[in-house]
Amino acid sequence: MNEQSSGATTAHGGSAAAGPLDPIAEKVSACMQCGTCTGSCANAFAMDYTPRQLWRLVQLGEQDEIFRSTTFWMCSSCYYCTLRCPRGLPLTETIQALKRIAFARGTYRSKTSPVFYSTFVDNIRRYGRVREMDMMTRFFLRLKHPVAPLRFASLGVKLLRKGKISPQMPALFAKGKLDGLFRKVRELESES
Amino acid sequence: MKYLYYPGCSLEGTASEYDASVRAVMHSLGAELAEIEDWTCCGASAGDAISYLLSLALPARNLAIAGKQSPRSDVLVPCNACYLNLKRVDDHMNRSTDIREKINVVLAEENLRYGGGIKVRHLLDVLVRDFGPESIAANVKNKLSGMRIVPYYGCQFARPYSDADDPQFPVSMEPLIRALGAEVYPWTMGAKCCGAGLMTTKSEVALKLVANLLNGASEADCILTICPMCQMNLDSQQNKASRLLGKDMSKSVLYVTQLMGIAFGLSDEELMLKKNLAVTAGFQTKLRSASSRA
Ligand code: SF4
Ligand code: SF4
Repeated sequence: MNEQSSGATTAHGGSAAAGPLDPIAEKVSACMQCGTCTGSCANAFAMDYTPRQLWRLVQLGEQDEIFRSTTFWMCSSCYYCTLRCPRGLPLTETIQALKRIAFARGTYRSKTSPVFYSTFVDNIRRYGRVREMDMMTRFFLRLKHPVAPLRFASLGVKLLRKGKISPQMPALFAKGKLDGLFRKVRELESES
Repeated sequence: MKYLYYPGCSLEGTASEYDASVRAVMHSLGAELAEIEDWTCCGASAGDAISYLLSLALPARNLAIAGKQSPRSDVLVPCNACYLNLKRVDDHMNRSTDIREKINVVLAEENLRYGGGIKVRHLLDVLVRDFGPESIAANVKNKLSGMRIVPYYGCQFARPYSDADDPQFPVSMEPLIRALGAEVYPWTMGAKCCGAGLMTTKSEVALKLVANLLNGASEADCILTICPMCQMNLDSQQNKASRLLGKDMSKSVLYVTQLMGIAFGLSDEELMLKKNLAVTAGFQTKLRSASSRA
């Protein structure tokens, strides 16, 4: 079996000693491939690999295949797989960890999700709180995708008309206040 | 009763009607809300996709301030995602002293420290456990007789932290709906994911989940929500869902506090009912006949 996790031999050849996937492989090493996670997942229909298949790839150390996969960007963090896994594995957390590695490696097939997440976090750093209108504008600008904003245009107009979002530039909340916190987080993370 | 209030970013923007109705209803129930001073975003699900430490430091900052402000008050949170993020801090700090230390090194930048122990409560949990159906019924001026209400909890209300309700089949809204004089519309989709987390990035996936939920609630008068993400997602995708399924999927989607407020006799303005995208004509007719019978 594959209990040695990704440490010794990997299917893509090289020895993946102390790779970024090791802690993740350890978390799912007890997966027995029963498929309960896939059966529970509301979004499995839209994933290229089902959650069960993803855990198998992780056990096999198939890094390239894993990071080519769209699975973790399709996860909506509903925790249903985590609730129902008979092995009690922290699956939702593990998917989040895969997102972080993919983000750090810069390897992803579609940039929509990573760009959205980083624009969102950047908005927090700027204003302390997310300013929806400002965040969405920056998101579309960074996406450089001509059609994407159109898909949201009718909703945007509706929300504006209802006064649910403000077209004005956001007032700066606690300007620069979170800079220290963000700097310290980066500092500590680059140490570990 | 006194609570520290963490509204979260949506309640300042697209979910301002939730904020208004929470404040109005809590006031009717005699509760006092003190907003956490200088609160910041909890990181939603984006924080964790970028940085694990940041995803804990942001909510920890809010809890540290809450602890300074009023050490013995519970923190009341109306959004499922914020609730999960704020709750998660204690859990992860207890699992790892290394993380506990790192969080506090980060918070020291603002001369803050979080030692744990602040109780984070979802609005629904507070309504049901601290007030309960009897005191809610006592405030009802217009019984919502004959209305069939679908309780929708969404995923992160009882998952992964299930101290407020059953993680698979939550039930806590049911006595509350009955206390308003309405009927609970039976279904099994209360804790199914609506895909709100994918609404911006993978909207076609989210739409399928929304259409499925709206379809499951098609015979009911109103879907009752307890999260700004769920409400927005179910409320704003109805035209697209109708096109997808080839039938009319319009449905009133109200916040739990809006429906309570209606039954309490609060005004439409106080509850900001105009801000909901869809409050159907059928629902309004039914409301009028329900209150005239009362
Ligand atoms: S439910 Fe758990 S044990 Fe079963 S396949 Fe999924 S991860 Fe593996
Ligand atoms: S947490 Fe993600 S992977 Fe798990 S069931 Fe929900 S959407 Fe699927």
